[in-house]
Amino acid sequence: MATTVDVAERDPLPQLTAKDYKSDITPDWCPGCGDFGVLNSLQRACAELGLRPHEIVTVSGIGCASNFPGYFNAYGMHTLHGRALAVATGLKMANHELNVIVTTGDGDGYGIGGNHFTHTARKNVDLTYLVMNNQIYGLTTGQVSPTSREGMKTKSTPFGNVETPLNPLTSAIMNGATYVARGYSGDVRQLAQLVKGAIEHRGFSLIDIFSPCVTYNKDNDHPFFKQRVKKLEDDGHDESDWKAACERAMEWGDTIYTGLFYQKTGVPTLDDREPVLKKGGPLATRKTGLSEDQVKKIIGRMM
Amino acid sequence: MSPRKFDFVLTIGGEAGQGIATPGDILAKIFIRRGLHLSTYNAYQSLIRGGHIFLFMRVSDQKVYTHGDKMDMMLCLNQDTMDRHLERMLPGSTVIYNADTIEPGPERDGVQMIGLPISDLTQSRNKLIQNTVAIGAVLAMLDVEFSILESSLTERFQKYGDEVVEENVRVAKAGYDYANEKFEPYSQPLPATSKPLAFWSGNDAIAMGGASAGVKFYSAYPMSPATGVLHWMAMNARDLGIMVRQVEDEIGVANMTIGAAHAGARAMCATSGGGFALMTEAIGAAGIMEIPTVFIDVQRGGPSTGLPTKTEQADLWQALGASQGDFEKLIVAPVSAIDAFNTIPEIFNLVDKYQCPGMVLSDLLISEGHYSVDPDDLDMHPVIDRGALITEPAEANGYKRYEDTPSGISPRAIAGLEGYVHVVATDEHDEDSTLISDEFTDPLIRRKMVEKRHRKMSTVLDDVPAPVLEGPKDADVTLIGWGSTYGVIHEAIEILVERGITANHLSVKWIIPFHTEAITEIVNSARKTIVVENNHSGQFYRYMRSETGLSVDGHIRKYDGEPFAPLHIVEGVIEHLGTETDVYVPDEALRA
Repeated sequence: MATTVDVAERDPLPQLTAKDYKSDITPDWCPGCGDFGVLNSLQRACAELGLRPHEIVTVSGIGCASNFPGYFNAYGMHTLHGRALAVATGLKMANHELNVIVTTGDGDGYGIGGNHFTHTARKNVDLTYLVMNNQIYGLTTGQVSPTSREGMKTKSTPFGNVETPLNPLTSAIMNGATYVARGYSGDVRQLAQLVKGAIEHRGFSLIDIFSPCVTYNKDNDHPFFKQRVKKLEDDGHDESDWKAACERAMEWGDTIYTGLFYQKTGVPTLDDREPVLKKGGPLATRKTGLSEDQVKKIIGRMM
Repeated sequence: MSPRKFDFVLTIGGEAGQGIATPGDILAKIFIRRGLHLSTYNAYQSLIRGGHIFLFMRVSDQKVYTHGDKMDMMLCLNQDTMDRHLERMLPGSTVIYNADTIEPGPERDGVQMIGLPISDLTQSRNKLIQNTVAIGAVLAMLDVEFSILESSLTERFQKYGDEVVEENVRVAKAGYDYANEKFEPYSQPLPATSKPLAFWSGNDAIAMGGASAGVKFYSAYPMSPATGVLHWMAMNARDLGIMVRQVEDEIGVANMTIGAAHAGARAMCATSGGGFALMTEAIGAAGIMEIPTVFIDVQRGGPSTGLPTKTEQADLWQALGASQGDFEKLIVAPVSAIDAFNTIPEIFNLVDKYQCPGMVLSDLLISEGHYSVDPDDLDMHPVIDRGALITEPAEANGYKRYEDTPSGISPRAIAGLEGYVHVVATDEHDEDSTLISDEFTDPLIRRKMVEKRHRKMSTVLDDVPAPVLEGPKDADVTLIGWGSTYGVIHEAIEILVERGITANHLSVKWIIPFHTEAITEIVNSARKTIVVENNHSGQFYRYMRSETGLSVDGHIRKYDGEPFAPLHIVEGVIEHLGTETDVYVPDEALRA
């Protein structure tokens, strides 16, 4: 489980509910925006896991989805465009007891932040990566994104997108992510369970979430998804089989699968592998200053 | 300072792959263990094989600040070294070379040519063995007893087994005996003092400064000439409890550093100009989120890829202009390796106090130079002051991360504490972190927050020492420099005095905050002012002028990739005193 706060051992605390994770700020997402469902799902998942707001940090980049930390009652960092995973990795490494949840969008996460996506997955950093994928740049009023379909007309592709979209799921699996799922914000019940599983999973978890943009993406709206989404579990899927996971992830037609595509447990996370974290607690709260022994070692190497 | 009785420069030249580093290291250790002062500079290129590498090692019984102007002994590992540098050897100097493979150049008056018949002496096919023979010859010429070299070689090669040690000792002895028998020793034997010194590079000093300051997170992407900091950190991290991460790019480096700092760890990163350019957006993020972080730029020749293995002081305006918008920051340019070591803890205390990014401008000259240092001069336990940092949980208390306090400094709670839940944001935000740009951009809140952040810096000038004028007040010339030119200007003034010209020295280290008043007073009372800097456009001069409104009488600038040697400055001063000169650009070849 990602949290190192042992829920069983501490004094019983009042059971939290989803509304305990609601901040004082009203989301400024458009009415009907898919991101509301994602917010709701994370609130439910955290309540079910009994995580206290101060044990959680949401980290985002820039974009509609990245306004998320302001609307969620927990520690939060609203960072630079594309950089949420890098900031989150530093935060997690300096305090590996925190539950770090990265909340971002397709442009932020797969476009400008693509390099960090690859490498954070490879390192199996114990982060939960929630990508609100609306297949469009919304905050900049509707340009093509790395997940926009071929042929899609947007303000920056008025005659149709000529490029092939990225497949976040197969990318994540190939790069070494150890929990790879797809959710749909129109199905909060399923999404909340996927999010809960991702937080509990030790390692890098990606949930690519269809989070329709009701304002700028008329191609991939709720009716589009409602007709097509199908739960993997209903078709019998073995999430330990990465090849089957990739095959299912490549399907994009009348059926688009949601659910847990791939999970590999027992892979050491970056903080597991890091010798400096073997003992002594989080780096951030360790005492500063060198011991005489350490000084002797350093100076000895210079003589 | 007492005059240097022994002041000796050894150069070793060859191509990459010929193993220059090994004899350099062996000799350096022998020198510092005798308590001798050392300053080395390695002129090299960005390649792994070939090219021309030329290592200067200056050894003295007194402190040295530069690698000097002259060459007393030159060790040629290839023909190219002989061809390039022989004409700069002066009477009394010695050239040592492999007589089997290198043709000596034309005879020079008073220059002793020592050709070593390497195959005869070694009976070995190992090409690197010529280096060991040569070390034997160098130490024979300096009248050092052989047992010292024998134990150094044993220490160096024991990891390769007894056979390698024996072979090296045997050929070193052959070179030692051959030189002793056939040639005149150097005019002075190598002295010794009672107190051994230590040896480090400027990058080691930066890394050690971080370790002593309590850095717990260091990340980097390899980039010359900053990579040495990463190497030191990686080597020592496990002993010191520092996490070291090599990251996919400098954008990731900078942002990871910010994440670690927000969690409450002291965090820093180092790079060179190109990597620093990638970091700049993050530096502004640290500014508006008010997260204390330290970013180090080890400058090299620019622009763009520029001169990867050469030195320059041309990133000043990059640091000044790093990231968009107005935000609070600190910029410091340490003047030497030991100053860099002391500056890192100092800037960490300041960024913690003022909750802003701090930038450190080193350069290749400081960072890759190797120097002797007295371990007793190293304060390994500097004061660590984390400022208004909240590290203990509390009952819910209406905490506002960006509270508009009278000082402008808002107490900073580390992430994860009960009672202090908050968000930090790169968007402009109110005291409670609410973004102001989304629905209605409130001009009053914006103004309040800009002024809050600005106000917190109102005391910072008192926290850094004002620059002082070194040398006689009424000197003929005032030399003004910044950062790494401190040592070379200091030595240039020693030479100027010998030539009957009095000079004093204003060395500026803190760029932001800038001691405008103190600097104005010094410049206004100078007779003739000359700014010395290692760049083409006079970056520091233009900055000083923008802050003080002052102009100066002349400039000495160098931008050929190589650092200043003292004579470059001496000649520049003489030129400025004698003729109408605006900018003097020394010829690199100018030597004693």
